[in-house]
Amino acid sequence: MSAGVAAPERSGRSGGRLGFGSLLHAEWTKFRTVRGWVIGLLVAIGVTVLVGLAGPAGTSISCSGPDNQPCQHQGPPTGPDGQPVSDAFYFVHRSLTGNGSITARVTSLTGLYSPRGVSQAGVGTAGMTSGVQPWAKVGVIVKQDTQEGSRYAAVAVTGGHGVRMQYDYTQDMAGLPGSVSASSPRWLRLVRAGDTLTGYDSADGMAWTEIGTATLTGLSSTVQIGLFTASPDYVVIDQSFGGASSAGGPTQATALFDRVALTGTGTGWTGTQLGGTGPAGGSTGGYQQSGGQFTVRGSGDIAPQTDGMGTGRTMQDALVGWFAGLIAVIVVATMFVTGEYRRGLIRTTFAASPRRERVLAAKAIVLGGAGFVVGVVASAIAIPVVGAVETAKGLAVRGADTAEYVQVVVGTGLLVAVVAVLALAVGTLLRRSAGAVTAVILAVVLPYLLAVASVLPAGAAEWLTRLTPAAAFAIQQTVPAYPQVVASYTPANGYFPLPPWAGFAVLCGYTAVALGLAVVALRRRDA
Amino acid sequence: MDATIEVSGLRKRFGSAVALDGLSFTVTPGQVTGFVGPNGAGKSTTMRVILGLDAPDAGTALVGGQPYRSLRHPLRCLGSLLDAGALQPSRSARNHLLWLAHSQGLGARRVDEVIEQAGLGSAVRRKAGGFSLGMRQRLGVAAALLGDPPILMLDEPFNGMDPEGIVWMRGFLRSLAGQRRAVLVSSHLMSELQDTADHLVVIGRGRVIADTGVADLIAAASGDRITLRTGARTPAMTVLARAGATVAATGPDTVTVSGLTGERISALLAEAGVPVTELVAHRASLEEAYMELTRDAVDFRAAPAEEAQR
Repeated sequence: MSAGVAAPERSGRSGGRLGFGSLLHAEWTKFRTVRGWVIGLLVAIGVTVLVGLAGPAGTSISCSGPDNQPCQHQGPPTGPDGQPVSDAFYFVHRSLTGNGSITARVTSLTGLYSPRGVSQAGVGTAGMTSGVQPWAKVGVIVKQDTQEGSRYAAVAVTGGHGVRMQYDYTQDMAGLPGSVSASSPRWLRLVRAGDTLTGYDSADGMAWTEIGTATLTGLSSTVQIGLFTASPDYVVIDQSFGGASSAGGPTQATALFDRVALTGTGTGWTGTQLGGTGPAGGSTGGYQQSGGQFTVRGSGDIAPQTDGMGTGRTMQDALVGWFAGLIAVIVVATMFVTGEYRRGLIRTTFAASPRRERVLAAKAIVLGGAGFVVGVVASAIAIPVVGAVETAKGLAVRGADTAEYVQVVVGTGLLVAVVAVLALAVGTLLRRSAGAVTAVILAVVLPYLLAVASVLPAGAAEWLTRLTPAAAFAIQQTVPAYPQVVASYTPANGYFPLPPWAGFAVLCGYTAVALGLAVVALRRRDA
Repeated sequence: MDATIEVSGLRKRFGSAVALDGLSFTVTPGQVTGFVGPNGAGKSTTMRVILGLDAPDAGTALVGGQPYRSLRHPLRCLGSLLDAGALQPSRSARNHLLWLAHSQGLGARRVDEVIEQAGLGSAVRRKAGGFSLGMRQRLGVAAALLGDPPILMLDEPFNGMDPEGIVWMRGFLRSLAGQRRAVLVSSHLMSELQDTADHLVVIGRGRVIADTGVADLIAAASGDRITLRTGARTPAMTVLARAGATVAATGPDTVTVSGLTGERISALLAEAGVPVTELVAHRASLEEAYMELTRDAVDFRAAPAEEAQR
């Protein structure tokens, strides 16, 4: 037998090693030439939009006025940034033109509440139990006008969180701690200089401490300045299997002010109830003035809206269809590799590209890219389309600024991309479509559904959305949780335990581990 | 690079089953090497090891002197067809070739060339899932040709082909060898390789049973026996035995002779005046030769002490 004779001139060894670009090109050609996969991704887009539409389409608001005319939907007032807010309190005020300040001493803060909900309470405060809400607020305030939602800055004593300076609904700064009593009063001061409001507090009226400043750009020359009392509803969050429910009850706070001193123009006091009425429909807000002492009763809250009804429909609500869309993406992404194992095509692939981890990388980039596009396109369609239907149905739709919109749309694109890569990695590990699809759905979609559909107690739902890849859905949350507002901050209400990008990082972590295991398996196993 | 495949000392187990048991052979350019053995003999495993798909427990497989996995442009060195059914059924045949071409930095023009070479015609626009096995074999051959490689390795390419296809495949393999390429073709049916293979590597249970030229193998199997028909059996046997031949009476008027050529027998008997009515050289078919080899292989496998036989 003769030794190897030189083969005819061929390019077997000439030129550089095949570039990664060739591999990417090959995997992209593979992906786009199976019509079922392309259709699968289009289905993901369609299903996401349609399921998103099912929510508002199935909602009907039957609301008839006294004249049997459909009533116009009254959304909550909106604050300076356009976010829905509560702006209900009792306001004892006068006009202030130009610069000035208000100082007052709070000597007492007491309250009433209905621990067993509205039904247990009679009209007004009859049957209520005494007790102050932790976030009941009494103090001094400067407000643009008496319109709900207008800009303000306030320094207030709270029921359980010491002195706070708050402004423009979402901003909150801590002052002196501790509760207030006749023996331990709190002195509060608010100074207006142009657009800048500075808050101070003091335990004795002698030594003052600055709490902070608020810049209320565009504050008009004449503002309303005075005393206020607010007491948010009592909230009971019931966490049990089957979900969390929150029940509320009306409350009222009463504050005693004295040593009220104003600088600047203006005379006389006016009492105004902002934002609805007192507890249980009875208008119990009001004030009495005797000598230098003011007694101010009030209910309500000056705060951002946090619950689903109050915030209006969010982008998150418009994107609930992703649980279904993701299933389609997971199936396609898994088949992209398990299909090759099933047919033995993986051997052709690895014969053409012997460095297997590079094949995995190329597949991941193709799927990630396709997933990103699908995620962005479906979200960019679902948000305005679902929003339009919601508006047509008379539902309030929460506005969103560009940054929030970009976070949700691009974030969802990244979420879908990484889930596709996770499905690829699991498919590579398991080599079987059914097992891999099931595993990824169990890891990503099921925890999300259980948490968001209020099936689980809130605690369990929070842990699921903290520990499983479903944590990444936090990227769709744009309504922040406010510590100064007591509410049911559960995944079912759209609040995820982790910040958006931290939740996304959890998914990325799982995906990185799965990819690492897949690379090890690819290197060790016979193809 | 040399257009060779060198397999040396390959061993591989799958669990307790020994698939390859110290396999060594070389495939050289310019000829079709038949890789033959019964089902389960280890042909496909050997090919997967050559392609770097399966890792051997011991031994090496070199393609052009290098491990396959270190080749810069693998499909430009070795084109292979392992399993004609390894296709995504819903992808068209042409698109199957297209992604494979893209993986080697080749374009659609090369795809159209190999479609022409493999005689696939307009069928390539159809989904590969609807192809007959014979068409899939042609598609696999087209895929193997994409990189215009100096070495080709085809696993059971005749499977499922109609007679016309078999004739085409034989001619095609011959023409590849004629272009100085090295061609390794496996089959479990020796008859398929008749008139195709120049060289044979016969394996059974993971070992090489024979590594030989086809002409030598047939000669060996034939054993240069000659059947003699004569009316004078006894004088004929006496004359030939005296000349050094091994003779045996196989009938009332037939004698089987070995150790002498036909011409010599003819001359000896004429000299002695023994009448001859027929003189027939026995020639085994490739199939018979193969059956004999594999039967022997099974026989000596029963006696493990015969290890040195290799």
